[in-house]
Formats: sequence, C-alpha cells, structure tokens
Amino acid sequence: MDRKSKDLLNLIQANFPLESRPFLKIAKELDITENQVIDIIKELKDKRYIRRIGGIFDSRKLGYYSTLCAIKVPASKITEVAKLINSNNGVTHNYIRNHPYNMWFTVIAPSIKDVKVFINEIKIKTHIEDIIELPVVKLFKINVVFNIKE
Amino acid sequence: MLSCLDKKIIRRIQEDIPLTPEPYKEIAMELGISENELLDKLKEFSKNGIIRRYGTILNHRNVGFKANAMVVWSVPEDRIEDVSKIMISYDQVSHCYQRPTTQGWPYNIFTMVHARSMEECENRVEKIAFAVGINNYEMLNTTDELKKVSMKYFIE
Repeated sequence: MDRKSKDLLNLIQANFPLESRPFLKIAKELDITENQVIDIIKELKDKRYIRRIGGIFDSRKLGYYSTLCAIKVPASKITEVAKLINSNNGVTHNYIRNHPYNMWFTVIAPSIKDVKVFINEIKIKTHIEDIIELPVVKLFKINVVFNIKE
Repeated sequence: MLSCLDKKIIRRIQEDIPLTPEPYKEIAMELGISENELLDKLKEFSKNGIIRRYGTILNHRNVGFKANAMVVWSVPEDRIEDVSKIMISYDQVSHCYQRPTTQGWPYNIFTMVHARSMEECENRVEKIAFAVGINNYEMLNTTDELKKVSMKYFIE
C-alpha cells in the first residue's frame, strides 16, 4: 500500500465524514482531489483492504441480545457442527481455536430466549452437552481501529 | 424506541455507501427522505451510541495485522478494575471484556491482542502479563476461520 492510501485509511477508519460531500472533505485534508479519493477507496475495496464504509451498531442499544459461546467439538464433527451453527443468521463469527473448547462463535438475536432456543437446538442435534455461554458482564474496551504504519 | 424510519435507516447504513460524490443524497433518495434528515439521524445515532462507530471497516489481516490471539485471564474479583485499566492502555489490545466463569471455565477477563506476527503477539502478551501480575492465563489462537460476517439487523 502506498503512502497516500495509508494516510487515507488512517483518516477514515474511526470516523467517516457525515456531510454532503464526504470525499471532498477527505480530499481537502489530504491535499488531493475528490475523484482521487474515490478512486483510491475503490482500489482499496478491490484489493479487499476495505470491507465496507458505514455504521457499526451497538446491538444492545438496538434491543438485541448477544453472547459469545464455546463448544467442545470432536475433530470428526467440526464440519457438521459448523454447518448447523453457521446457518443461524445471528452467528457473525465462528473460529476454531487451540483449546479443548475448540469452536468459538458469537450469536446476536432479538431476545435472550432466541439464543437459549438456539443453544438447545445445538445440544439436541449435535449430542454435545459441553457448551458454555459467556455474555459480556462488563465492557472495558472495544476499539477496532488500527494504525497503519509504514 | 426506534421508529419504522429509524429501522429503515439502520437497515441501509449497515450496508455500504455508494462511492459517488454525494453518497448520502443517493441513500436518502432510496429511503424517500431528505439528505439533511438522513445526516441528522446518523449524527443522532452516533451521539446516543446506537452507532458505535461510523467509519471504515477493514480486513485487518490484509492490512498487516496478520496475528491475533484471544487471551483469557483469571483475575481475582477485587483486581478486575485495576488490571483491566492497565490492559486497555495497550494499543495492541483492541477488546477487553469481563465475562462469567463456569465450573469448567475459570477465565473472567477476555482480551483480543493484535500484532504483525505471532512472535510479536506472544511477546506483547508476556509483557502485559508481567505488567498486571497475572500468571493464570491462556492464549487461544485462531487456527481456522469458519465464519465472519457483519450482523444484519431488522431483516424480515
């Protein structure tokens, strides 16, 4: 990534301008043209550095319930269990990690009851009882802004 | 309470913006409202915390932060406040939460630690462990990513 692209990303990660001509605002700060800003962003999207520009919401403030879950899945059943878990649209992340609790996923749903029903469905369909629910008790930091250096 | 219009705006803003000189005007037209109405709503959502961040979402693996680990810590109840304060002061710690413990799960503090390499990540975690004086922790590395998507709210 070249210097201009890095400066641009550092500038628009935390905040994207909420005004009529956002790309012009960015252009002025970087001393380039509005079209150049748009072209660089297009390129960064094509190269898959940028996923999207938009809002990240606080699910709780939207009335949703969310939790992190971990489940102990035998190696031979990972594909099958992942298929079931990932089929839920509220499952946004699912990772295999190096731990006896090897499958970690987050689920967001309109209510706590929806999550309980889903967990129960997983237990019944997979015959795995060892699943833990770890909802946030307290949030100390959430900051997914990265400093893109040289 | 969120109005029908609020939900309509959220449904649209959780997607991408058009890369044209006046993106909000286009979105507002799609929603059948004025550009100012849309911008005012977005500012209101940012102010009251409904929007946590209005910005650019990156593929962090692609921008050089190739290594990340979920580090889970067993911190005595009365040390949670001061330990978390130190942990969050590190730039490499992007997330820090307290979560419940269970019989088979003794760790109550969760951190996400990012770095350019696994070695750098491990070094950083050791430094943090030393700084907070907690030895009872585990580093859980991702060995496979099975799903990673943005949540879509108010669909169906």
